[in-house]
Amino acid sequence: MSIGLLDRRAVVARILRDPGEMLVVTGLGSATYDAGAAGDRPENFYLWGAMGGAVMIGLGLAIAQPSRRVLVITGDGEMLMGIGSLATAAAQAPDNLSVVVLDNAQFGETGAQTSHTGLGTNLAAVAAACGWLATADVSEMAGVESLAWRLRTERLFAVVRISSAEVPRFLPPRNGAVLTHRMHQALGVESS
Amino acid sequence: MQPLTWQEGVYAALKAAGIRQLGYVPDAGHAHLIKAAHADNDMRAVVMTTEEEGIALAAGAWLGGQRSALLMQSSGVGNCINMLSLPINCRMPLLMLVTMRGEWGEFNPWQVPMGTATRTVLEAAGVHVKRADHADEVAEMVAASASLAFDSAIPVAVLFSQKLIGAKVWVK
Repeated sequence: MSIGLLDRRAVVARILRDPGEMLVVTGLGSATYDAGAAGDRPENFYLWGAMGGAVMIGLGLAIAQPSRRVLVITGDGEMLMGIGSLATAAAQAPDNLSVVVLDNAQFGETGAQTSHTGLGTNLAAVAAACGWLATADVSEMAGVESLAWRLRTERLFAVVRISSAEVPRFLPPRNGAVLTHRMHQALGVESS
Repeated sequence: MQPLTWQEGVYAALKAAGIRQLGYVPDAGHAHLIKAAHADNDMRAVVMTTEEEGIALAAGAWLGGQRSALLMQSSGVGNCINMLSLPINCRMPLLMLVTMRGEWGEFNPWQVPMGTATRTVLEAAGVHVKRADHADEVAEMVAASASLAFDSAIPVAVLFSQKLIGAKVWVK
């Protein structure tokens, strides 16, 4: 296990800098707060529940919108709950889908209990074994620079080793109907 | 020309409803639909490791402007419950086609608890439930349920009774 040192807010702010038309799906908890803090936009779809569903939402969206880049940003706990979705997404292999896991080896939202990634599970290795051809495991900020580009151009599964230090809470919108409607407006699709 | 089998009628109803993504956890009762979806260039068949993945897949498809349907067996309904908060909170449609086990000539007792609870559990989670018992009503029920789901943006499940599908035959 490698203890992360990176500041999660700085990592996500870098990954989401100048997002253009990229569609972003965030896993519940801190990944949602991090993406909101980097700048709320209609192309961001934040999960506040549905734990384990982030990669599958990204997959359905990537299949439906093949000309748009779709980026899933989630935490180690959310990824672990939906770990089978790594196999499902790898089997479909849409060129426009990438996943980045912010891994602090803890369940931060519930009292910082050690997660499986702190007990031996390596999510990048799991993804590779599920069939993700490109994976990355980043623990230095210099690596985040190139990662930000790769996440937008490859079909990449990445783990970023972040610090478990607490950051100020940032609460983006949590009305799911509103989040859906504004995404539809941004994409120019009808809501019914 | 031969009349459509009910399975062919169901696939035709999904096509007529504009379904473009079909998530499935395999079941013998859905074998025709799965095969037809894989043979159809305008349908994306997505094999899943567990049923709740399909609820999230459908949400992503809808966000991106596509319609999807999910195929599963009644035993998989229990896996979906918390994920159903997604379409309900986000006011999204959902169409689930569920083959029933554990209710008619069932050989395997492990299928009975979830088969018995399927309707109750779905309704408790906020899903509208329809049930097809006869071959001549299935395609129309799927078509009507697709309209209900997509026009009203609500989750709808259609249960295909085990009598309709035929109890699994176990040969020693």
